[in-house]
Amino acid sequence: MNLKELVTGVAGDKQFLLGNEAAVRGVIEAGVSIAATYPGTPSSEIGNVLSVLAKDANIYFEFSTNEKVAMEVAATAAASGLRSFTFMKHVGMNVAADSFMTTAYSGVNGGMVILSADDPSLFSSQNEQDTRNYARISNVPVLEPSNCQEVKDMVKYAFDLSEQFNLPVIVRTTTRVSHMRGVVEFGDVNDNSSNNENHWKRGHFKKDPSKYVPVPAFAGEMHVRLWDKIHKMEELTNKSEYNAEIDFTDEKKYGLIASSSAYNYAHDVVKFNDLDINILKLGFSYPFPQDKVAEFLKDLDEVFIVEEVDPIIERDTLAVIGAKNLNVTVHGKLDGTFPLYHEFNSDVVGEGLNNVLNFSEDETMKFSSSLEQLKEDIPSRAPVLCAGCPHRAMYYGINKAIEELGLKTSDVIFASDIGCYTLGINPPYNCADYLLSMGSSVGDGCGFSVSTDQKVASFIGDSTFFHSGISPLINAVHNKHNFVLTVLDNRITAMTGGQPNPGIPIDGMGDEAPEVSIRKVAAACGCDYVRVINPFNLEQVVKTYVEAFQRDDTAVIVSKAPCTLIKGLTKKPPVNFVEGNCNNCDKCVSELACPAISKIGGKITIDKAQCDGCNVCIQVCKYGALEAGR
Amino acid sequence: MDNHYSIYICGVGGQGIIKTSTIIGEAAMNQGLDVVMSEIHGMSQRGGSVSTELKIGGFNSSIIPNRGADMLLAFEPIETIRGLDKVNAETKIVYNTHPIIPSSTDKPYPSVDGITRILKENFKYVLPINGTELAIEAGSVLALNMVLLGAVTADDNFPLSKESVIDAMKNNLKPKFHEMNLKAIESGYNSIKG
Repeated sequence: MNLKELVTGVAGDKQFLLGNEAAVRGVIEAGVSIAATYPGTPSSEIGNVLSVLAKDANIYFEFSTNEKVAMEVAATAAASGLRSFTFMKHVGMNVAADSFMTTAYSGVNGGMVILSADDPSLFSSQNEQDTRNYARISNVPVLEPSNCQEVKDMVKYAFDLSEQFNLPVIVRTTTRVSHMRGVVEFGDVNDNSSNNENHWKRGHFKKDPSKYVPVPAFAGEMHVRLWDKIHKMEELTNKSEYNAEIDFTDEKKYGLIASSSAYNYAHDVVKFNDLDINILKLGFSYPFPQDKVAEFLKDLDEVFIVEEVDPIIERDTLAVIGAKNLNVTVHGKLDGTFPLYHEFNSDVVGEGLNNVLNFSEDETMKFSSSLEQLKEDIPSRAPVLCAGCPHRAMYYGINKAIEELGLKTSDVIFASDIGCYTLGINPPYNCADYLLSMGSSVGDGCGFSVSTDQKVASFIGDSTFFHSGISPLINAVHNKHNFVLTVLDNRITAMTGGQPNPGIPIDGMGDEAPEVSIRKVAAACGCDYVRVINPFNLEQVVKTYVEAFQRDDTAVIVSKAPCTLIKGLTKKPPVNFVEGNCNNCDKCVSELACPAISKIGGKITIDKAQCDGCNVCIQVCKYGALEAGR
Repeated sequence: MDNHYSIYICGVGGQGIIKTSTIIGEAAMNQGLDVVMSEIHGMSQRGGSVSTELKIGGFNSSIIPNRGADMLLAFEPIETIRGLDKVNAETKIVYNTHPIIPSSTDKPYPSVDGITRILKENFKYVLPINGTELAIEAGSVLALNMVLLGAVTADDNFPLSKESVIDAMKNNLKPKFHEMNLKAIESGYNSIKG
């Protein structure tokens, strides 16, 4: 499919879309004017697609420096009467939370939708938090699509809902919804073109401090209005078509309540095992549809609650059972029927149901002992830094500098951050000892430097530095903390798929943009030692680290070289191996660990397809067994 | 479970696995079939093991249950072994015999002939093909995914026609590669059928 069809497609068209692409179509159908994000997997592709389509779709789109800024851009656009969309990964909600909470109080005029993508089983995240908790903390409604069609439909519906109640609306997905592909039928598109009042240049902010400025005198009233909206909305969730019963039987003994991707697994287990269980699918799950749930429960003996991450629907269901004095046994996460962590699938849901209902015999496949052994013996294949990655050179270099200073890697605390470079945790680099969140490496550097007499080295990427590394750097300088901060500036937001950031001269819509200099920012924060180096020059890397480690202030080293995955970069020819010079020290394999170099059958082998010609290995080899390709 | 067909596709990041799966999914949609697919993005793509799961027929879940795959399509020999939880006694196991040696040095890479021998001891339908070699013959090592796509269409139970898969390929890949890709699809098809 050509992505442009997300804009040009008309009602009735069908496309095989990624959940995140379906979200973009929902945004386009809703006639959204303004969209802002900070990229985060599993929501990243929404931004990648919007960035390509924004102009065609009459949308102003930006990659904001962080999720809080994106939330603020969306909130003010909605306050100005425009439809606005912000989206992020689940942990992005933590960054955005401060402004998000108040947005619920002040409300919106134009529809405002927040898509937050949870990551059960942590495919690319530091935790498994459940966005639906934010709905409860803030009193903001939440929709939970389970497939690509619903992603499109619910995103569109969320804007109508938001305008009906003047409240922002959360659409919560999971990895398996955002990264599912399925058939999506398109609907009509609302006009937001330049001659329409919804065009992004036509918003108008009508002042009303009692509504928008939460000083104590006003905020108290705002909280009252918020609860009023939520109580009214509960009438809607009780009859919403997104909260529907799917019947498989006339028997009323067992029921099942499920949402999001967990619903899919439950559905398939019930359907393909012919179980006598009816399902209540909750797509509009907060405010909790208490009457609807009570109606579903009233004739049941037992109910299963199938949801991913936290037992939220389960607790709300228990509250309904208590309040209505119903006699129904609940099987969910709290009684151990289903796990409290990690993503579900049909096997997990089937096992939980089977433990209660005993409908199936275990039919594990028996493999021969040689196959069982083979399964044990295959080497692992974890993600690694790419061949030609500048981070590898820095990690190799800092280890050498530590050696030169007469220290050991174990003497230095490495505070890492969120990005590809977290892979520095792996041997032989061992350069990640502590990590909390985006930008935490800098604040962690502050804390470690005052609480220990160990050397401290923090690593942060360019995009992460702009996201939330700057205010802790000011803290470091002002409070005289002593550590070495490396900004791994690879000229892109790499791990999420290559989005621009303020350090490069292009913006989210593909237009030219002012480039913000990390060197100047660090200097302006008050750092006396700021060095910009070429990571592929190992001698310079080692020398700079030796110097920086001997200082007693906050030293900043900016490693500046583009990510090897950036399209259109000219690659240098691959390295040649000169067998006669090799003395089998294996340092190129054991200390550099580049995926393009391996030892096969006792001989060093260069994978010419992978080798990027970065030539760092040539500087590692003392025997001249590796030479630059021509 | 008539009219259901589930394919578990696995290999190494960068081998064109998502594109292959998307083409099959789009072909299924064009033939009017229900289809859902699951894919993994992000950190797992940095040279790590990757997989997609594609389910044709009336499924809601895009994840194949253990022992639920009709076909295991592996782009790399040891990734075949990693995908075995999804297979049952009737599953067609099609895999490329060209290894990609992982940079982890925890264990030596096992012999590919040994893998084939052990798989044949355990399963009825074990179909190794030298996809990398066929791709190079078709014009580029990058056509490996098209060779394997051709191999999928050769399974008698596969519910889609080769023609609709080819149409979907053309709709998803640049015209200048169509000739090479067609050649690759044919050679993959023939390596199973022949």
